[in-house]
Amino acid sequence: MNGSTAFSAAPRHAASTTPVLEVEDLSVRFTRRGEAGTQAVDGVSFSVAPGETIGLVGESGCGKSVTSLAVMGLLPKRGVQVAGSVRLDGQELLGAGDRALRKLRGADMAMVFQDPLSSLNPTVTIGVQVTEVLKEHRGMSGKEATEEAADLLDRVGIPDPRRRLGEYPHQLSGGMRQRALIAMALACSPRLLIADEPTTALDVTIQAQILELLRELVQGSGTALVMITHDLGVVAGLCDRVHVMYAGRIIETADRGDLFARPRHPYTGGLLASVPRLDTTRGTPLTPIRGSARDAIPWAQGCAFAPRCDSGRDDCLTEVAGSTVPLESDGAGRELRCRHPLTVPPVAGSPTTPGADR
Amino acid sequence: MLRFIVRRLLQLIPILLGLSVLLFAWLRALPGGPAQAALGERATPEDIARYNETFGLDQPVLVQYGKFLGRALQLDFGTSSRTGQAVTTEFLERFPGTLELTIFAMVFAIGIGIPLGYLAARRHGSWIDSSSVIGSLLGVAIPVFFLAYLLRLLFAVQLGWLPGSGRQDVRIDATHITNFFVLDGLMTREFDAAWDAVLHLVLPGIALGTIPLAIIVRITRASVLDVVNEDYVRTANAKGLATATVRRRHIIRNALLPVSTTIGLQTGLLLSGAVLTETVFAFGGVGSALRDAIANRDYALLQGFILILAVVYVLVNLLVDISYGLLDPRVRVR
Repeated sequence: MNGSTAFSAAPRHAASTTPVLEVEDLSVRFTRRGEAGTQAVDGVSFSVAPGETIGLVGESGCGKSVTSLAVMGLLPKRGVQVAGSVRLDGQELLGAGDRALRKLRGADMAMVFQDPLSSLNPTVTIGVQVTEVLKEHRGMSGKEATEEAADLLDRVGIPDPRRRLGEYPHQLSGGMRQRALIAMALACSPRLLIADEPTTALDVTIQAQILELLRELVQGSGTALVMITHDLGVVAGLCDRVHVMYAGRIIETADRGDLFARPRHPYTGGLLASVPRLDTTRGTPLTPIRGSARDAIPWAQGCAFAPRCDSGRDDCLTEVAGSTVPLESDGAGRELRCRHPLTVPPVAGSPTTPGADR
Repeated sequence: MLRFIVRRLLQLIPILLGLSVLLFAWLRALPGGPAQAALGERATPEDIARYNETFGLDQPVLVQYGKFLGRALQLDFGTSSRTGQAVTTEFLERFPGTLELTIFAMVFAIGIGIPLGYLAARRHGSWIDSSSVIGSLLGVAIPVFFLAYLLRLLFAVQLGWLPGSGRQDVRIDATHITNFFVLDGLMTREFDAAWDAVLHLVLPGIALGTIPLAIIVRITRASVLDVVNEDYVRTANAKGLATATVRRRHIIRNALLPVSTTIGLQTGLLLSGAVLTETVFAFGGVGSALRDAIANRDYALLQGFILILAVVYVLVNLLVDISYGLLDPRVRVR
């Protein structure tokens, strides 16, 4: 880095419109000896342009975290089958060697994790954990790296950065730790940043600060941001485009405004309706989606959401319709995997609105 | 830090007082007595009475204890009834041997145990893993004296590769300054004497180090298996650090925390004297001295040795606690 700052530097491919990240037909299957495999991610495709923020939204176990780990090449090597294509600036990552991936990770693509305490090494100072990235990828000397690390901590809003460099993770507050992790992730101005539920372990006021920080850091630097979350509030505040996942597949894709104004998939509708609201009268019960993610049926048998869906019909099942439910274009910039989509936006406090023709 | 150390040292006082009372009572509850042991089965009651009078054993136990305590405070634990030497002198002669043996055994156990445990964990489920698990189970289960006899029989008696008894070849006319035979040899530049002392450590050291080795392998393996699945190791990999950096700084450093506790405890145990191993190899350390003392009802030596060993044990554990703070900032004492 010739004097230019880490985050505010102009994107390296400013004029290009080619996506930073292209994921095509990504599948991840966990296999264990003597057991039937688990299809965690099933034919997921999406792409992220420079400066764009996308959201991968879904319940626990829907495959969003596994997708991100597959992109980073951080899935365990044994017992995992990954298929499809993941390209970073056009370079294929699936099947790339460990050394090649280590060169990219931390430098061109970085990740912020969910639980900042367990994600930091408890026996190593914050300083070392920040500088090790700078030394590894930017070839800095110890002194340069320390200077830059203090600068990075300052930029992510950690007061008194020089003192913090000598401290251990347990001496920092939760929000501070997440800021430190963000500083490490952004140390080399990556082209792609994946944030896996970065605010889940933090309290609400800190959540807002961290999201604001991420937006500031990403804005103008051309960094592509993938937000993995189950929190629709995060999506509303940050994401340009949203992919809703269920049981390992993308079931609905839309721009943020469209999705909130006019959710089409009953699952998306259910998610929106189940958000607690302050403007309803006291005592109004919340509207959860019935059942749990464990009720999903295999996609080969039909729509995985069908057992929990109020709009579900017989032809949601493969046996009746003669084919699995496809992901199809649903108007400008939208995609949908549903045979009986919603037409009227659901309202909190009322049961999930049934399908159009009911 | 200083307050922590002082507090721990003050804790020694009640420990030692309690231990000395127990020791005193326990030794005198043993059947027979020093007079019987020294004078033999056919000693007349008069002989025994005379013996007891000479050594003050005819006085009430409380008086004996008071006297013992008074002298012990001046580091005088009396005279061994067997050798006639002062107990303190005897200890200074014997303890260096045990210390050398302990160091050898622990270097053996740590040097093999940590790498093997790490390898077993990283090759989880492979033949290296299974054999190290089975091997360490054997290592814990096999009686030390049996292993010691086997080693001695095979390598000293049958094959004759290594010496099987003593601390140094008696034919070597070595100068002894500190009673650490290896150190003495190096200090006086009698390198052949030092090397011979090292060779004498090998078989008893391996016999003694086997249990610590087995325990270290198991704990290292379990600990590494835990640590590699920690989020911070994933973070380190996500940062694209070189494999060696991840291993050294993020895996091993954390995996060694529980191992260091084990090492401390085991070292403390070995220092208290390896009675069985030292007996098999006729190794002149604390352990064989304790065995002789018990056989001869040598009250003075037993009391003195056991009290000093208790102090050593507490000090070793203090060192372990201090070093643990250095390794893990979360428990650093203030």
